[in-house]
Amino acid sequence: MRRYSAFAIARQAFRHHEGWERAWRSPEPKARYDVVIVGAGGHGLATAYYLGKNHGIRNVAVIEKGWLGGGNTGRNTTIIRSNYLQDPSAAIYEKARSLYETLSQDLNYNVMFSPRGVMMLAQTEHEIRGYQRTAHANALQGVATEFISPRRVKELCPIINLDGPRYPVLGALWQPRGGTARHDAVAWGYARACSDIGMDIIQQTEVTGVQREGGQVVGIDTTRGPIACGKLGIVVAGHSGVMAERAGFRLPIESVALQALVSEPIKPVMDVVVMANTVHGYMSQSDKGEMVIGGGADGYNNYTQRGSFHHVEETVRALIETFPIISRLKMLRWWGGIVDMTGDRSPIISKTPVEGVFVNCGWGTGGFKAIPGSGWAMAELMAKGHSPLADAFSLDRFREGRFIDESVAAGVAH
Amino acid sequence: MLTFRCPYCGIDACETELAPGGEAHLKRFGPGSADADFEAYLFLRHNAKGVHFERWRHAMGCGKWFLAARCTATLEVFGTYPAQTPEPPQDIVAAIRAKRPDWSLS
Ligand SMILES: Cc1cc2nc3c(=O)[nH]c(=O)nc-3n(C[C@H](O)[C@H](O)[C@H](O)COP(=O)(O)OP(=O)(O)OC[C@H]3O[C@@H](n4cnc5c(N)ncnc54)[C@H](O)[C@@H]3O)c2cc1C
Ligand SMILES: [Zn+2]
Repeated sequence: MRRYSAFAIARQAFRHHEGWERAWRSPEPKARYDVVIVGAGGHGLATAYYLGKNHGIRNVAVIEKGWLGGGNTGRNTTIIRSNYLQDPSAAIYEKARSLYETLSQDLNYNVMFSPRGVMMLAQTEHEIRGYQRTAHANALQGVATEFISPRRVKELCPIINLDGPRYPVLGALWQPRGGTARHDAVAWGYARACSDIGMDIIQQTEVTGVQREGGQVVGIDTTRGPIACGKLGIVVAGHSGVMAERAGFRLPIESVALQALVSEPIKPVMDVVVMANTVHGYMSQSDKGEMVIGGGADGYNNYTQRGSFHHVEETVRALIETFPIISRLKMLRWWGGIVDMTGDRSPIISKTPVEGVFVNCGWGTGGFKAIPGSGWAMAELMAKGHSPLADAFSLDRFREGRFIDESVAAGVAH
Repeated sequence: MLTFRCPYCGIDACETELAPGGEAHLKRFGPGSADADFEAYLFLRHNAKGVHFERWRHAMGCGKWFLAARCTATLEVFGTYPAQTPEPPQDIVAAIRAKRPDWSLS
């Protein structure tokens, strides 16, 4: 693979940009792989990448029913932060955030990580106490956050209306090294790096069945025929329940729609990410100038990638009170993704009842930020049988009552 | 927007009038039951892509809970029935079969 660099751009400029090679190969599937990953979203691709990079396992295929990055990875609002409450969450989200800091260099692909700072507004007395508690927990976990005053909020984000009559801004939890990244680039960068170390990314191929012998996985059925494998990683977000059924077990997961929208592009007005959990809305400004807005998930099971109109209306209505400047903006695009929700709002990175089958799912409304850390942990789990970052997120925590309750940190969908 | 006919007041209620309540027909397992049954009752869900039985409450209307059969892959509603019904009634099953011939009640 030819490396991307300023020189490469200059060289190609003289060749009318005709010398660029494809970022990843599209090979025919082989008869057998040591590891097959189902789902070429960020989490699946990152799992494959760290299997190769950290554990030397390279006879790997990533199989995707649509196009890579076309699931939630290409539909999210790209907020990256690690200011969670529980220790296992802080560990994996902060691992991910810190990997994002150098991901562009590591992958030789510009993922446009922008640590512009993330603030979560406290708009009720309860939220003040909740976020102060999180700030203390983060201090003990080594995650840099602080609780800031309304005045500081206004300095960091001048377009905010502090004393909106119903929901005044009473302070905020501020993570200065949180931010955003380019979602597609994260998927593309991992895909290119995987392909470069000899892994096969097979798109437009659905995994339709899991072949087992004596409780052990031996291969998969796909729309392009059977493929044998030693281990199988199921990393399919909203379709985790469907894939689990094909492998013969059930998951504590429900799939619902989560929506987002962007406004028409305007000049720069805001260089931080603001989340407002009480009113279920959040906003940032993209490099193109669009205001990127998201809100809460729908309350009923859904696989259609279309959500309820009134949820979006509620989000926008609330945000207009906090950001009066957006009240005249037109909406440019609006979309939905199917997110995989667990009861404790924490992910599952785990072995399963089928020997050799592993799942990585349950990231729900907030897994983009976790992609590098999740791939790191999942790869270690698949290679070694356990991983310090993943162990707390095992499936049996539900049976054992070991919940990792992040319903406050994940109160708004992001 | 989703619309369901409330089986009690007969009104075609749209989603903004209703509150969703998750999967229907769960078998309750309480204290003293096997761990696996208790776990399944509390957490493990069908999460079907296709026909799904679920609970809704006519929150902004008569206030009552009812059950519905709906397709999660198309958002089509097959019918609704009172919450006291322990399993999907015949007419609902027939309505589903008419549109999904290879579907079976599992
Ligand atoms: C509107 C919205 C906003 C969000 N905002 C944020 C945010 O601001 N910050 C944040 O951290 N997170 C956010 N999220 C959550 C985040 O997008 C997800 O948690 C994350 O992208 C999940 O990545 P993934 O790789 O697990 O899943 P996906 O990217 O969905 O990838 C799964 C892939 O599996 C494939 N697949 C499924 N079944 C099969 C099969 N049988 N065979 C082959 N392939 C299959 C799918 O086609 C898909 O490409 C948001 C999500 C949405 C929908
Ligand atoms: Zn009614």
